[in-house]
Amino acid sequence: MSDLRELYQDVILEHSKAPRNYRELPLANHKAEGYNPLCGDHFTLYVDLDGDRVRDISFQGSGCAISKASASMLTQMVKGKTKAEAQELFDKFLQLVKGEGNGNQAELGKLAVFSGVCEFPVRVKCATLVWHTLRAALEGKQQAVSTE
Amino acid sequence: MTTVANRLPREFRPSRVHTGFDVEKVRRDFPILAQRVRGKKLVYLDNAATSQKPQVVIDAISRYYEEGNANIHRGVHYLSEHATEEHEAARKTVQNFVNAAQAHEIIFVRGATEGINLVAQTYGRAHVNAGDEVLITAMEHHSNIVPWQILGEEKGARLRVAPINDRGELLLDEFEKLLNPRTRMVGVTHVSNALGTVNPISRIVQLAHGHNIPVLVDGAQAVPHTQVDVQALDVDFYVFSGHKVYAPTGIGVLYGKTALLEAMPPYQGGGDMISSVTFEKTSYNKLPYKFEAGTPHVAGAIGLGTAIEYLNGLGIANMAAFEHEVLEYATEAISAVPGIRLIGTAAQKAGVLSFVLEGIHPHDVGTILDQEGIAIRTGHHCAQPLMQRFGIPATARASFALYNTKEEADALVAGIQKVREVFA
Repeated sequence: MSDLRELYQDVILEHSKAPRNYRELPLANHKAEGYNPLCGDHFTLYVDLDGDRVRDISFQGSGCAISKASASMLTQMVKGKTKAEAQELFDKFLQLVKGEGNGNQAELGKLAVFSGVCEFPVRVKCATLVWHTLRAALEGKQQAVSTE
Repeated sequence: MTTVANRLPREFRPSRVHTGFDVEKVRRDFPILAQRVRGKKLVYLDNAATSQKPQVVIDAISRYYEEGNANIHRGVHYLSEHATEEHEAARKTVQNFVNAAQAHEIIFVRGATEGINLVAQTYGRAHVNAGDEVLITAMEHHSNIVPWQILGEEKGARLRVAPINDRGELLLDEFEKLLNPRTRMVGVTHVSNALGTVNPISRIVQLAHGHNIPVLVDGAQAVPHTQVDVQALDVDFYVFSGHKVYAPTGIGVLYGKTALLEAMPPYQGGGDMISSVTFEKTSYNKLPYKFEAGTPHVAGAIGLGTAIEYLNGLGIANMAAFEHEVLEYATEAISAVPGIRLIGTAAQKAGVLSFVLEGIHPHDVGTILDQEGIAIRTGHHCAQPLMQRFGIPATARASFALYNTKEEADALVAGIQKVREVFA
C-alpha cells in the first residue's frame, strides 16, 4: 500500500478529479493531440504562444488519474515560461518519473509529487503523454503524439 | 422488434450441478498459482489473455525436448518416427476434442489469429471479389476484423458489421438483414473476449447457410469453457489458440470442412506442404500438410494434445458447470459494489467480467489491484470498435478459468473496494 500512496498522492488525485485549465483555448495558436490508443488516454493541448513565451495553456480530454493530473499540473507549471524553460522542465520531469534524476527535486516544484511513478514502469507513459504532446504543440507537429 | 439470442446454445448449457470437481486439487496441478506476487497471494484473473499451464503440459514439453526431439515427417530414424507419431496423435486428440469428421480437417497454426488470416488469404482471396461483402459482428476481436479489411482493401470488397444491443447481445434480425447475394463469408466470435457474450452459433450458421454463405467461427474464448462440436454446429471453419486452453503459446488450430480445404489454394509455400517440386511446376501435398509449410511447432502440438487430455480427465461438462457457478457468484458480488457498471450483461455469458468504475480509469483500477496480487487486464482488449459502441475508452476485465474460486472472486471485490478507498 505504501507504493500505491507514493503513486496516488493526494495532490495527484485532487488534480485528476478537478483538473486545472480544463477548457478549450479559443485564442490558441498552437495545438496538439496526445493519444495512447492501448489505454485510451486522449488529450488535446492548447497553447497560446506570445513570441517565445507561453501566454496561456489549457487542455481537454480523458485518461487515467496519472495522465490527467500530469496534464493539469503541466498547464500550471508551464504558463509564463519560455519554450526553452518548458523543455528544461520536461527533461527533468522525464528523469524524475524514470527514476534517473539526481534526486534534486526542488527545481521541479510541485511536479515532484510524480516521483512515485518510477516504481511503476508501465505508468511512465501515462505521466509523460501530455509532456510529449506539449513538445509537439510547440514544434507545430500535426500528427497525434503517443507514448505507447 | 429485434430479437436477441435468449436461449443458451446447447453446448453451453451447464449441467445443474458439477459433481466431484475439486477445485483445490485442480489448483495444485498448476504450479504457477502457488506463488505470491508483490507479497500477496496470486489471484490470476487474466485468463482470456492467456491461461496458466498444468504440470502435465509442462512435463510433456520438457519430455519431448529431453527424450523425443526430432524433425517430423521425413526422417527414417527412430526419433523422427516417434516425434511424427506424437505430433499426429495430438492432431487426433484435437479432432476428437472438437468432434471433427476427419483428422486432416485439423490444421495446426500458430493461433486463432493465424487461422483467420489463413482463411482470409486463401478461401477469401479465391472467393471474394470487388463489390462483395464479408459480414462480421460488432463484438469481434481485431483478429476477426483486420484480416477481412486487408482482404477487402486488396479486392475492393466491403466489411459489413451486424450490431449488438446494450447488453452486448447480437441482434439476430439485423444480422439476418445484412445477409445478401454479395455476402461471401460470415466471421463471428463464439464467445466475446471483451464482454463474455456467448453467440448462438447454430442459429447464425443456419441463417448464413440459408444463403449458401460459409461461416468462420473464432473459438478462442469458447474452447476453454465448453465442449465444442464442429459437426453439430455445422461451422465451415473454426479457429482457436492453444495457449488459452492450458497449452503453450505458438500453437493453435484451424478446423475446416474437407471440401472447402481441398478447394483452397495453399497459404504459405515451403517444405512439408508439397508432394513434388521442379522449377517448372510444384504439386501440393494432401490435407492437412498443404497448409503446414515448414517445420511445425511439434512441442506445442504435443503440449496442446496433453492439455486436452487433461481437460477430458476433469470432465468438460463438469468443469463448465463449476465455472458457470463461479462466474454467477462473481457477477453478483461485483454488482453490489457502488459505482460499478458491468460492460456485457448478455443472458448467456462465459468466462468474462468486464466493468468500469465511475470516475476511475480502468488503468488505475488495474494498477491498484496488481498491488493486491490480483492480475486483471485493462484497456480495449483488442476490440476498439466495441469500446466505441459502449462509449468508453477501456474496461477493466477479470476473466476466469477452471482453477478460479469463489474466494478469488471475493478477493477481486475486496480489491475493487480498495480502489474506491484510494480514490475516495
